[in-house]
Amino acid sequence: MIHIEQLSKSYSGTTVLDIETLQIPSGTALGLVGNNGAGKTTLFSCLLDLIKPTQGHITNRDLRVDQSEAWKDFTSAFIDESFLIGYLTPEEYFSLIASLRTVPQSEVDTLMEELAPFFNGEVLGQKKYLRDFSKGNQKKVGIAATLIGKPSVVVLDEPFANLDPTTQFRLKDLLKKIASQGDTTLLVSSHDLNHVTEVCKRIVVLSKGKVIQDLETNPSTLAALETYFAQQVPDASIG
Amino acid sequence: MSPIKLLAQFFHLERKDFLRSPSFDTSLVILILMGLGALYFAVVFVGLGIGIYFIAEEVAPQNPFGWINQGIWVFWLADLIFRYMGQKMPITKIKPLLSMPISKSNIVVFSMLKSVVSPFNWLYLFLWIPLYVVLLQQDLDPVGVTTWILGVSVLFLANNFLNLWANNSPWVFGIAFGALVIAGAGKYFELFDLKAVSGGLFEAFYQTPATLLAAVAWLAFLVWGSHRFFLAGMFLDDRFSVKAEVARTTKMAWLDSMGRMGIFLKNDLRLIARNKRAKMAVLTGVFFLFYGLLFFTNAIEVYQGAYWKVFAGIFVTGGFLFSFGGFVPSWDSSYYPLMMTQKITYADYLKAKWWLIVWATLASTVLASFYALMGWEVYLAVLAGAAYNVGINAHLVLLGGAFVKTPIDLTSAKKAFGDKQAVNLKTMLIALPKIALPMGIYALGQWIWDAQGGYLLLIGLSLLGFGLRNPVLGWIERIYKKEKYDTIQAYKPKS
Repeated sequence: MIHIEQLSKSYSGTTVLDIETLQIPSGTALGLVGNNGAGKTTLFSCLLDLIKPTQGHITNRDLRVDQSEAWKDFTSAFIDESFLIGYLTPEEYFSLIASLRTVPQSEVDTLMEELAPFFNGEVLGQKKYLRDFSKGNQKKVGIAATLIGKPSVVVLDEPFANLDPTTQFRLKDLLKKIASQGDTTLLVSSHDLNHVTEVCKRIVVLSKGKVIQDLETNPSTLAALETYFAQQVPDASIG
Repeated sequence: MSPIKLLAQFFHLERKDFLRSPSFDTSLVILILMGLGALYFAVVFVGLGIGIYFIAEEVAPQNPFGWINQGIWVFWLADLIFRYMGQKMPITKIKPLLSMPISKSNIVVFSMLKSVVSPFNWLYLFLWIPLYVVLLQQDLDPVGVTTWILGVSVLFLANNFLNLWANNSPWVFGIAFGALVIAGAGKYFELFDLKAVSGGLFEAFYQTPATLLAAVAWLAFLVWGSHRFFLAGMFLDDRFSVKAEVARTTKMAWLDSMGRMGIFLKNDLRLIARNKRAKMAVLTGVFFLFYGLLFFTNAIEVYQGAYWKVFAGIFVTGGFLFSFGGFVPSWDSSYYPLMMTQKITYADYLKAKWWLIVWATLASTVLASFYALMGWEVYLAVLAGAAYNVGINAHLVLLGGAFVKTPIDLTSAKKAFGDKQAVNLKTMLIALPKIALPMGIYALGQWIWDAQGGYLLLIGLSLLGFGLRNPVLGWIERIYKKEKYDTIQAYKPKS
């Protein structure tokens, strides 16, 4: 259970995040959608204790993320390239993460076999350092690493961006499988309404830091979201 | 757009780039420091420009002007070498410009023009103008003096382009280097006399004003050649493509037995082995090993005092500590958020870095054993320095690290020295005790007892620091935690 209460973040007077309350029960697949600047990455950064909220706090399984560090045992995330170590090969990177999470190498090998279709033969055995991989393949490595050790909370910021169409579909299947098992809390932000409604059972729409809608996914959700985003007009006060 | 307007536009962009850069404050401080440096050189140059002729009159009363001409090649060569080390082709951020309706030639011209306004060029005005005025007042032909001063300044300006070209083209560098080797060999085997060649060459500007044209032709050739070279190289795939290196994996299984710290140490060793910038730091450490020779051989008079021996002891064994340890945790800046979300405690992280520093210090101490040949007192200074580095300085660099907030670009070898963190006041304050304090402690011991007492006091306090490692690291850990959010923010990549 992730619990967010009266959470806000402002930078020199501008509020970028302002959430009254948001509860995410364990095992939920939650999709976070919103236009640029809606506060998606800020929310994730607060959850991972990478930035300090101006007010309020987040608890992850009853642990306050800014006070305890125990949430790191069961939480993993891929936000951007700063979660990769450029001078390692993918294999070395995976075993580093595995050893940090005290996961045996054999378990990593099994996971990598399962992920073979997702990697599409472009990740393992390339004899290249991560810094020399393309953005898309770097992303595959980052996403794969979040699954090492079956963490019960997985946070992915824009996982579909930069991936080629085939990989997008394979990632979608992968995430759907994880979501259907019901023991992983999956937090995914995306600009791709199609993918995110397929993967997630619940969609939260953020706009200017506020929760605008909180929907259970059903066959009409995609249409509703498309209508909402199509109607967005530029706000004169921003700029 | 007319070329002039275009250039004005470029300069306009350049100004905004400077004023709006995220590190504007630090760039401003650096600019001021550079300004002071330039002022210093300007003063020295003015002094030299006024004084050199009178010095020449003292040294070579028969032909002072000829003496200057014979010696000027040294100055010319030094200029070229300094430029090669310090002056780079100014970077115009060309990527967004390449697809614009601007001729590539104009972009290159702009970059080259920018290089001309470098202090490496305009500072010489402070030398040539006073020298010209002095020479005019001598019993020399004013026309000849004018063509002479023009010829000399053209040759020095030509160095600007020779350097830009040689700095980027291995071919030109090879040719220039080869020419230097031949000249050096010629001098060494006394095949020809550089003094006479230089004397003849520069004297010609005075004797035969038409030779000025040859200097101008040399300049024109270099301008044309480097322009052509940069123009040909201005494609994205040439300058920006990443040359992927073949990855070599070593398992380093021997570290696995060290538990969580072994994980970090393994990663740190890979960091050092695979990144230019980190390799440079290790190399600096090796250079420092020999730094003591300056002090212990009494080669330099001012360094003969006993305090300087302590100073040298600290430096000889602490090269890695200063060059690598001083930048912890910035080595991990490019993936700091990853580190902060993994099951990593600062305690493990700091301890691993501490071990790395201690190992390197001990290795330096072993390598520095050759100083024992210079007497046991010298060796005692080295040992005391090593003890202080392990017992106290290792803590201090880690403490300073909590305030180092300059991200490191691991892949670039440049800027390895004199980084921006040098102007961070907090790190400077913490750096002070690393060197000044041991000298003071030694002085105290020497004052109470004798020189040996000074060293023993130093070693004793170091042992105390070593014994207090755990509580001290615990205290440092709390500071790191407090600085965490600021550090993450500072390490964010800035485009």
